Amino acid sequence: MGVLVKTTVNGDAVEFTCDEGEVLLDVLRNRLGLTGAKEGCGTGDCGACSVILDGRLVCSCLVLGAEMNGKKVETIEGMAEGQKLHPLQQAFIDHAALQCGVCTPGFLMAADALLRKNPDPTEEEIRFGLAGNLCRCTGYDKIVRAVQAAAKEMRGA
Amino acid sequence: MVTLNENNNPSEAAAPTTSEPHVNGTHNSDLVKRDFKVIGSRPRRPDGIDKVTGRARYGADFNFPGQLVGLVLRSPHAHAEIVKIDTSKAEKLPGVKAVITSADLPDHTGGDRNMFDILENCMARKKALYDGHAVAAVAAVDAATARKALKLIDVKYKLLPHVTDVDEALKPGAPLIHDNVFTEGVEPKPTKPSNWCKRAEYGHGDVDAGFRDADVVISRSYKTEQTHQGYIEPHSVSASVSPDGMAEMWMCTQGHFVFRNQCAQLLGMEASKLRTTSSEIGGGFGGKTHLWVEPLALALSRKANRPVKITMTREEVFRCTGPTSSASMDVKIGAKKDGTITAAFAELRFHGGAFPGMWAELGAMTAFACYDLKNVKTVSKDVIVNRPKTAAYRAPSSPIAAFAVESAVDELAKAIGMDPVDFRIKNAAKEGTKSSYGPVYGPIGIGPTLAAAKNHPHMKAPLGKNQGRGMACGFWFNFGGQTCVDVNVTPDGFVNVAQGTVDVGGSRASIAMAVAEELGLPYESVRSNVADTATLGHNDMTDGSRGTFSSSMAAIFATRNAIKVLRERAAKTWEIPVGEVEWKDGAAHAKGVHHGNRPPLTLKEIAAQAGNTGGPVAGHAEITADGAGVSFATHIADVETDPETGRSLVKRYTVIQDAGKALHPSYVEGQFQGGAAQGIGWALNEEYVYGKDGRLQNAGFLDYRIPVCSDLPMIDTQILEIPNPNHPYGVRGVGETSIVPPLAALGIAVTNATGVRQTHVPMSPPRVLKSIKSKAK
Repeated sequence: MGVLVKTTVNGDAVEFTCDEGEVLLDVLRNRLGLTGAKEGCGTGDCGACSVILDGRLVCSCLVLGAEMNGKKVETIEGMAEGQKLHPLQQAFIDHAALQCGVCTPGFLMAADALLRKNPDPTEEEIRFGLAGNLCRCTGYDKIVRAVQAAAKEMRGA
Repeated sequence: MVTLNENNNPSEAAAPTTSEPHVNGTHNSDLVKRDFKVIGSRPRRPDGIDKVTGRARYGADFNFPGQLVGLVLRSPHAHAEIVKIDTSKAEKLPGVKAVITSADLPDHTGGDRNMFDILENCMARKKALYDGHAVAAVAAVDAATARKALKLIDVKYKLLPHVTDVDEALKPGAPLIHDNVFTEGVEPKPTKPSNWCKRAEYGHGDVDAGFRDADVVISRSYKTEQTHQGYIEPHSVSASVSPDGMAEMWMCTQGHFVFRNQCAQLLGMEASKLRTTSSEIGGGFGGKTHLWVEPLALALSRKANRPVKITMTREEVFRCTGPTSSASMDVKIGAKKDGTITAAFAELRFHGGAFPGMWAELGAMTAFACYDLKNVKTVSKDVIVNRPKTAAYRAPSSPIAAFAVESAVDELAKAIGMDPVDFRIKNAAKEGTKSSYGPVYGPIGIGPTLAAAKNHPHMKAPLGKNQGRGMACGFWFNFGGQTCVDVNVTPDGFVNVAQGTVDVGGSRASIAMAVAEELGLPYESVRSNVADTATLGHNDMTDGSRGTFSSSMAAIFATRNAIKVLRERAAKTWEIPVGEVEWKDGAAHAKGVHHGNRPPLTLKEIAAQAGNTGGPVAGHAEITADGAGVSFATHIADVETDPETGRSLVKRYTVIQDAGKALHPSYVEGQFQGGAAQGIGWALNEEYVYGKDGRLQNAGFLDYRIPVCSDLPMIDTQILEIPNPNHPYGVRGVGETSIVPPLAALGIAVTNATGVRQTHVPMSPPRVLKSIKSKAK
């Protein structure tokens, strides 16, 4: 009684069958083995399951797997190009912008989505751009600094 | 849980009296002054790439082959007798492989009250004691089947009157939660049970005489509300019990060894047969030092004869794990006009949720720890209410007590016309001070953090309209505890470290740095991993700010033992006495006039020849890491409070704390910033809201709102290094103290912004608005 879905995940054509009520987060984690997106709340409040869907940042716990036909899904597993980390990923390591790291994939997705729209954000724009993602370890200071540094590098400034 | 260690109480652990002692609990304190090569730098963490690429495996990211989904049925009632549980319909549902109730968890605790409380909290026995208390659990082939099965379990409850407020629970006639709790610490011992589980008293001198000597006395009552640690990763455990009784568990925990021991005891198993692995942990802050669903997963697996995974929902995390006490406190402090405090008194009433605790007692111990007082007395009352079992949260109880005491200290300073920083400096504890909770301090950092605050540019910065500034101090004991580290030299000349303390914020990097420092190798040559319980001796939890303190200490001693082996191998190779071989810069050097021109033997060369010189090269250390070194901080906060809405925004925040020695300064700063942010959340917004029905009203991140990125400013940090003489590099734990001052610092800041003394945390907009309006009347 499943739904057959043909979609693109991190540039790869992917086919899966899921239940009608199954959310994208469960599809990614349980059917496709992509456990980088985390379930922190299941209600869209924490952002730990953030992915980019057709260029738009979404909580994958609030989107149905069955809706993915013909869409493009980007997850944390597709952020690096081969061995080369995305500048945001490198900046998070270099600026100690993670402690436990469970929110990190969601933050990187959200920061990536932000910088695509706004390559030169102010501190306030970064803070509001990341306000849908909860981090309980860092107090956000080093996260904001990492995003500032990555944005600068990506602009070639 | 908390063991006190004092600066001036070095380890007495005896080392064997040979000429080449096995290094264990002794060290050369001169090392505190040494020039470090690796320590103090900021290398990249070994788990960094895994965590930014989604590879890192947390609690819920692991699966056993053929595992079942476990779910827990929880009481919707705050207090109810469980008359009958009928599981027969659930058991008959196709796909259900096991259903358990308390009948499947017989009491193996042998009269150990604490362990029995853990057992009863994991699964209600005769009564459900709070909204969310587990009453049954199922294991089924998938989540949908398990959810259906929960609905088929028929529980007959007889509702009982409940109480969720700490002061209400103490009143005569309050609903009695346990009929076998008699107040401890009261003479004569009460003959009737009550919700007041323990009284304790700390202090010295004569407070009555001290108050008579005072020119000004401030007396006030304070309240703080219940908060949750709010880690982003819900609890998850996978358990697999084989028919021969061997078992494995994978879980997110702050202490897989302690969880192993406790689970084995609760299930009537031998600890050696239960192998537990700690996953990457998605935050804990004390909340993952307590068992909740782990024994249930084991019991389900044993009954179903299949692996079982239980992952909590966020709602479950809020309803049945974690929270702090809420508290009600009275503080009285007196001082001379010259600023000398003559007497200090506090009564602290905290609840432990539905079980006996010692949370108020911790508050009583920490309340006045920052000050050098002639006359001080604190009385604690620990109370039981119909709320979830209170768990440790980062310096448990100390932020609550500090809110009351530091607010009173601020009010007193103002009353005698002294600057609050100068007033604190005048009364600050120092080396040799008898602390308010008993021990005499060694070298401590409270004075230096206050001096740094006084000189900090933040203190002199101008304030805008509706803005206020507050500063406050904080204390935490810090803990050492049982710790065990293995250092193994690999045949290709690198080093693997096995640590047993769970890495919550970068300790694998810090431990590897300490080992590299000792060996004289670059950081990149050393890799530390967290070992499972089958491959390393017992380690206490990562709690009490002990992870990096104790494991770096054990790692340094283990490395010195490995260096001893390396020197012996070099001596054997050179055929000279080992006493004529010294270790420096990653190599053995022959010393003395006869050997001076031999080229050194590097670790790589010795490792390559190890098979011919005596076998693998390793060093081990097993210690009780005494002398954790108490920790102090001073915070400065600026807020802007909107007089029309009561909403307060933090405009600037500075943390100044003594780290003893910062192994990896970025991770020390991270602890300072994270603790401050949690404290800000607690001070301004976070709170458990219970309805009249005794049910939690806000069990989710939408309604229990922790600070988000746009709520906070940058959090400035200043690391002070007053070496802890009991650690070879001078390290003190840094994880917890940073959450202690924010409640008070912000309370004072909002007081200064609004002109109304704030006495109730959190200072949520409605509460602050009410205080402003009541003053206007």
